Amino acid sequence: MNDQGHFLFLISLLPFLGAVIPGIMIRAGRNACASFTAVPTVLALILLMILAPDVLRGEVITAEVMWLPQLGLSVSFFLDGLGLMFAAMILGVGLLITLYARFYLSGDDPMGQFYTYLLMFQGAMLGIVISDNILLLLIFWELTSLSSFLLIGYWKHLPEGRQGARMALAVTGAGGLAMIGGMLILGHVAGSYKLTDILQAGEAIRASEWYLPALILILLGAFTKSAQFPFHFWLPHAMAAPTPVSAYLHSATMVKAGVFLMARMWPVLAGTDAWFYIVATTGLVTMVLGALIALFKDDLKALLAFSTVSHLGLLTMLLGFGTEAAAVAAVFHILNHLTFKAALFMTVGIVDHETHTRDISRLGGLRHLMPITFAIGTIAALSMAGIPLLNGFLSKEMMLEEASHTYWAGSTWAVPVLATLGALLSVAYSFRFIGHVFLGPVRDDYPHKPHDPPMGLWAAPALLTVLVVVIGVAPFLAEGIVTAAANAVTGADLHPHLKIWHGATPALWMSIIAVLGGGALLGLHKPFLSAWEAAPRPEAKAIFDRLLAAIIALSRGITEIAHNGAISRYLAVFVVTSVALGWIAYSGSALSAPTRGLLPVPAVIGIGWLMLIVASVAVVILHRDRFTSLVLIGIIGLTISAGFAYLSAPDLALTQISVETVTIMLLLLALHFLPKTTPVESSVLRRVRDGVIAVVAGGGVGALAYAFMLRDISTISQFHLDNSYEGGGGTNVVNVILVDFRGYDTYGEIIVLGIAGMVIYALVQTLLAGPVARKLRGGGAMSEVLREGLAVTHLSRDRHPLMMVVVTRVLMPIAIVVGAYIFLRGHNEPGGGFVAGLVVAIALLMQYMASGFAWTQARKRIEYHTLIGFGVIIAGLTGAGAWLSGTPFLTSAYTYVHLPPIEEFELATAMLFDLGVFLTVLGAVMLMLYSLSRIARHAGETVNVEAMDYDPADRVTERGAET
Amino acid sequence: MIEMALFFAASCYGVALILDLWRIAQGPSAADRILALDTMVINVIALLVLYGIWRGTAIYFEAAMLIAMVGFVSTVAYCRYLLRGNIIE
Repeated sequence: MNDQGHFLFLISLLPFLGAVIPGIMIRAGRNACASFTAVPTVLALILLMILAPDVLRGEVITAEVMWLPQLGLSVSFFLDGLGLMFAAMILGVGLLITLYARFYLSGDDPMGQFYTYLLMFQGAMLGIVISDNILLLLIFWELTSLSSFLLIGYWKHLPEGRQGARMALAVTGAGGLAMIGGMLILGHVAGSYKLTDILQAGEAIRASEWYLPALILILLGAFTKSAQFPFHFWLPHAMAAPTPVSAYLHSATMVKAGVFLMARMWPVLAGTDAWFYIVATTGLVTMVLGALIALFKDDLKALLAFSTVSHLGLLTMLLGFGTEAAAVAAVFHILNHLTFKAALFMTVGIVDHETHTRDISRLGGLRHLMPITFAIGTIAALSMAGIPLLNGFLSKEMMLEEASHTYWAGSTWAVPVLATLGALLSVAYSFRFIGHVFLGPVRDDYPHKPHDPPMGLWAAPALLTVLVVVIGVAPFLAEGIVTAAANAVTGADLHPHLKIWHGATPALWMSIIAVLGGGALLGLHKPFLSAWEAAPRPEAKAIFDRLLAAIIALSRGITEIAHNGAISRYLAVFVVTSVALGWIAYSGSALSAPTRGLLPVPAVIGIGWLMLIVASVAVVILHRDRFTSLVLIGIIGLTISAGFAYLSAPDLALTQISVETVTIMLLLLALHFLPKTTPVESSVLRRVRDGVIAVVAGGGVGALAYAFMLRDISTISQFHLDNSYEGGGGTNVVNVILVDFRGYDTYGEIIVLGIAGMVIYALVQTLLAGPVARKLRGGGAMSEVLREGLAVTHLSRDRHPLMMVVVTRVLMPIAIVVGAYIFLRGHNEPGGGFVAGLVVAIALLMQYMASGFAWTQARKRIEYHTLIGFGVIIAGLTGAGAWLSGTPFLTSAYTYVHLPPIEEFELATAMLFDLGVFLTVLGAVMLMLYSLSRIARHAGETVNVEAMDYDPADRVTERGAET
Repeated sequence: MIEMALFFAASCYGVALILDLWRIAQGPSAADRILALDTMVINVIALLVLYGIWRGTAIYFEAAMLIAMVGFVSTVAYCRYLLRGNIIE
């Protein structure tokens, strides 16, 4: 990749990198914040200008880095004429908006947030126009939807803002979804997701039978984004955004994304009947309809919004024509529309800012009060109307010229007449904008006395207006960029000449009709308005809301069926599906003949088997008595541990019995706060159904295990056995698997365990800080239920019996030594950090049980959170240590050390990793049990400071004092 | 000889396990069940030790030791729950 490619990467990155700056710089004040927002934009613009001469010469600059080559996803950018024009527009207007917003936003608005959103949007938009990979383009496409959602809803306190943002997101997001489908089809047909490849494959794509679906899906995305009929309704509602956002998103950039996409895809998709009829017709209808509605809107921003809809329709129509001349006109109009519409939006912002209203009926006569604003607004509006010597005239003339010789379904007049009508309406609302806001008598009932704003506010629109005039008078200045962009769109080598006077062409006559007719229409505005108000019109927002409500109801209905919050239902669905899949797999392929026979069953093992069965059945029958079922579960845990030991898995036996003990304690702690019996809640029929599911699933698993055990199959075990000592330096394969072969898994698991511990702690913390704590302490309706739950008949008044205290105290060092022993030898003999952690945790829990929560807590030196943290850090650092020797993460190293007088012993990095596991397990288990037992204290239990209730030592001293 | 002794001992503990199971199923009180479960733990420990002797390895001894060390903790927890309603006060 050359320097230019690097520049291109930088351009795409700068807005995103810059997006964090405003959020920080706002602390230094609003001016600093705005200035620092401008920096990345200016830098990107400079880089773009460095690239511009080459692009204007017709070169295409590319940059590519593979991202996920398996998916055809690469981070690749390219810059051609079209991309250059759009990028310049995005960055240039972005800069002006930064300046404008600095003065527009009031002191109460969080400006740092605004600029961060703005830069994020700018980055996303820039990404769309320079992406060379359609998957990447889609990502940026969605990013614009998201960031524009944030921008439209920037004034969170306004319900219109929130609703408008939601509507925009719903419509453009749905379109984006359709577009993903279309793009994937396109990439599939072209055999590449690279845009430059797809652009070459136009013939093949148009000939493909997938052409029409792809076209429709992609157009859905483009039409929703560019507010084409019938998806135009979101744009006016998005006007609840602050005006800088409207000026940026809704005139210059985001709504043009759809047009950009159509232009980008023009060489691939255009030129067919389907393209012409869908795109040109939609554009034409949108153009006329948008202009018509704009004429009757009293809200200045709504007027501009519908005018934008109309102009986007115009662009869509031009692209839909599919001719090269129309494409040139479209490209030129994109540029012109940007200049006058952004200026107009900013003008409206100024009017709104100064008069505190944007209602046309309350305005008029502003030309004397706000001369500068009047000049800017008038020039821009005249350009929008298409008055000669302004840039709007040039491209509108080109549009009419193209429309004048376009046939629609054999009709020679349909397109020219409707295009002229659109132009006429456009003239009418433009004149209305000037006439009803600035002209007329000065009023004395403005909500706020208006005057021209400070220069910071009018500088940006003024600059755009200068462009309007310059391009309008000397169109050849824009020829370079328009030629480059048009060549990029059409893929041809065009040399258009932009000029003011084309001679007395049909377009000129259509223009004259439009201007005169528009003027006349404005004169008749009042009667037309009353007719318009009387006519029945569908209210888009109401329809949209109803549609959305219906969709939400539908999805809620589906969710209620499949995802209603009852875990029994999820389990049923999951288990039945698994069984069904298993059955399909089983019946689909024949089972090979068994290669092994059954082994003899010793009588004692048979007893263990009997114990498991009896206990399992008994749990099912007696499960409503919760305490009894816990005792029965104890049998199962014990038998399984013994079974592991018998079946040569001593590691598992150790782990199982420790986990079993901790689990029982956890459940007993929880049972303290729960009803002691499970109520009957489901019908007999349902229980029978659940029983059938359970039996079938259990039987299936049993059958599967049976089938496996009767056959010799190759497993990974042999690999582990062969490599355990050489690779991991340990002879205990189970431990080596945990800390070496699958060390990554273990690392992830201890992190999850740590998180689980923290989450339980956090939940209890929130619980005890909230209303529940008050209820636990007494008072409130819930306390009755709770008290009932907590009211246990104390069979013993001895809370901390002497015997138990003494025994646990003596056992503590022994248990710790056993834990250390199990930990240290874990690498070569049964044991390891996990079991050791559980053993030590049990030793500590015994102290809690014997002497009470408060007493033990007071003697605890290290917080359990800290243990978790250190555990994860030690494990992580051990893994990272492998990098020092140039090996991958978590590669083991080991050596043998001989220190007299002890025997030679092994030192392995795996042991350090195991230490991390040990600490995390210990911390997490203790934190969970500690959190649960905290609840009891809040329920009003008293606290003991002594180790035991009746200390014989006290009685000795008392007696001594007596005598 | 040792084989026969081991067989005899294992049979006795096996029978003991069945009797424990009977007591747990039968109850009648929760204390009976806890006691039976605790006895069951002891019987299993014994069986593991016997198995270790038969196989001639020390691994089962350690497993038995660990079960002995933590096995009583759940018994204590059950009892505390029964007597005081809460195991950590």
